[in-house]
Amino acid sequence: MKEKVISGQVIPINQSNIDTDAIIPKQYLKSINKTGFGKFLFDSLRYKQTGTLDNYKDREPNKDFVLNQDPYDKGTIIIANDNFGCGSSREHAVWALKDFGIQSIISTSFADIFSRNSVKNGILLITVDKNVLDDMFSRMSKSKVFIISIDVNKQNIVGPDNLNVDFNLNDADKERIIYGYDDIALTLKRREKIIEYENKMKKKKPWLFDNEE
Amino acid sequence: MADTLYDKIWDEHQIAINSDDSSLIYIDRHLVHEVTSPQAFEGLKIEKRDLWNKSSIYAVSDHNVPTNDRESGIEDKISKLQVDTLIENCKENDITYFDLNDINQGIVHVIGPELGITQPGMTLVCGDSHTSTHGALAALAFGIGTSDVEHVLATQCINVKKAKNMRINIKNKLNQFVTPKDLILYIIKKIGTSGGTGHTIEFSGECVSNMSIEGRMTICNMSIEAGAKSGIVAFDDKTLDYIVGRKHSPKKLILDKAIKYWETLHSDSDASFDTSFDFDASLITPQVSWGTSPEMTVDIDGKIPDPSAINDVDKKESIIRALEYMDLKPNQKVSSIMLDKVFIGSCTNSRIEDLRQAASVLKGKKIAKNIKLALVVPGSGHVKVQAENEGLDKIFKESGFEWREPGCSMCLGMNDDSLSPYERCASTSNRNFEGRQGDKGRTHLVSPAMAAMAAVKGHFSSFSD
Ligand code: SF4
Repeated sequence: MKEKVISGQVIPINQSNIDTDAIIPKQYLKSINKTGFGKFLFDSLRYKQTGTLDNYKDREPNKDFVLNQDPYDKGTIIIANDNFGCGSSREHAVWALKDFGIQSIISTSFADIFSRNSVKNGILLITVDKNVLDDMFSRMSKSKVFIISIDVNKQNIVGPDNLNVDFNLNDADKERIIYGYDDIALTLKRREKIIEYENKMKKKKPWLFDNEE
Repeated sequence: MADTLYDKIWDEHQIAINSDDSSLIYIDRHLVHEVTSPQAFEGLKIEKRDLWNKSSIYAVSDHNVPTNDRESGIEDKISKLQVDTLIENCKENDITYFDLNDINQGIVHVIGPELGITQPGMTLVCGDSHTSTHGALAALAFGIGTSDVEHVLATQCINVKKAKNMRINIKNKLNQFVTPKDLILYIIKKIGTSGGTGHTIEFSGECVSNMSIEGRMTICNMSIEAGAKSGIVAFDDKTLDYIVGRKHSPKKLILDKAIKYWETLHSDSDASFDTSFDFDASLITPQVSWGTSPEMTVDIDGKIPDPSAINDVDKKESIIRALEYMDLKPNQKVSSIMLDKVFIGSCTNSRIEDLRQAASVLKGKKIAKNIKLALVVPGSGHVKVQAENEGLDKIFKESGFEWREPGCSMCLGMNDDSLSPYERCASTSNRNFEGRQGDKGRTHLVSPAMAAMAAVKGHFSSFSD
């Protein structure tokens, strides 16, 4: 298997229940594109004024927010508390994270739909125990510059101060992060199987396939 | 072997088990709206892929549409482009689309059941997390992201891991003025917003059996706020009564066959659940959310929590943060919270029973002076017409509410209906996140009856006062 290591500055967001409305506010969901959302990541926390898709440039950054502080503004890994990504199913949240440059997120738990969207877009979600998370937060409070290396193949994180954490990752997700599959192409290889199922159901539950008025 | 309702529908739709313990699941119905679909259609076009089964798809614009003055079209250029893109995609692919001026238009989760598109035993997906609503009709329904929307369009399937089984059993009956909305807010308060994560929740018990299908939709709708992608209720006579005769429901010749199958759609009596909770409906009072997460909810005669009484550090900090955002004080009485706006609508509470409930409280009364705007946004064109036939629109208008066209409206404020900074709203919607209804806006989640009461008083109030 190809080797993959994600390394970079960690961005600490010590909050639970970070919802997808916070990750990308609704006004940007009007876009019909998949790219360009990075500049709107955490928009309402990042700027003092509200922006819109066609008017976002001249705004005052909120200096208190991590993404506006050096070295976090160049971070590629987020560490946050429980239930990250809860709320709406908007994949725009993941597109915004990815477009900003986020490659991995570490937390104690992630919301279900958000997890799926992340893996599909190649963002590695790492679930760790509460004590591991707390330990990382406390190390980061001592040093702003905090660069870690995540070895995807070995499922291991190393960082400053002998930080060394193993994590779980199933093989399918691992391959997905490393190779970035075209899921649709893979499913379409099973076309015959799907058709066979469908034909069976057309007999068993004809009403499902006869839904014209 | 004894199966839960979720097990049964899952097994029925499982085409294959994958090596990573996910399954290839067949999808019977796919609902599409303007916000989460353009990138999916674009992806298909780039790869030159066809739709698998266009007749399984129904599309509607709801999130990003104006709720007044429909004749003049959509003014906001960016919103218009998004809606036009959906129309174009539906035309190109020959998909059924409900236009803004069509009586069938409405919030995707209101029109699915209403038009008979949602049926028992189906798998149904939509690029929207409140797809859980449709589980009220004994269907397995869940929200998906845009990549999965594209996947379902192209393959009619999704690769997904089976969730665990959770049962929430609710005994006894709800008291007067206590609604399904209060029940689900109460449950979320108790089990937390991640209490149902990784599970499918089956709601059962006397309270649920006695509940109307619309009430069941309200509780299944907010399963996602409890962390569960799907909520579900067993098929019964109420489900059957609801389904028969709707526009897209099975027609006469095959209906008997369908009913035979539907009658199997309940958990076996000895089925086992990974997690169970029991609640007593008779103990529940009207609920009001006070904070920035749906679990931050209190009884109407309760008080705002005091962080100094909380030991857990994370919890304490999130309460402090929420108090600051909501501009509330510890131990403050819920009834002392003064409001600026009232919103009755959203896929949680915009059906005819919700509007009747609110109207019965409002009848003959006027909204308070401090209420700057009170909106009723019916869930669909059919709900609107029905309400008008019953004269509910008059009650709303006479009391000072605005009567609007169907859509998501102030539930998420993508259109013009939104809160201005620091405004406080009593809302029948489902999310009270920071900025949800408008930047810096403050949301209190309540039932339609409570929203109406709050509009009249200008603040929250119990029904006995
Ligand atoms: S009404 Fe609100 S929650 Fe429901 S689909 Fe629309 S935006 Fe989502």
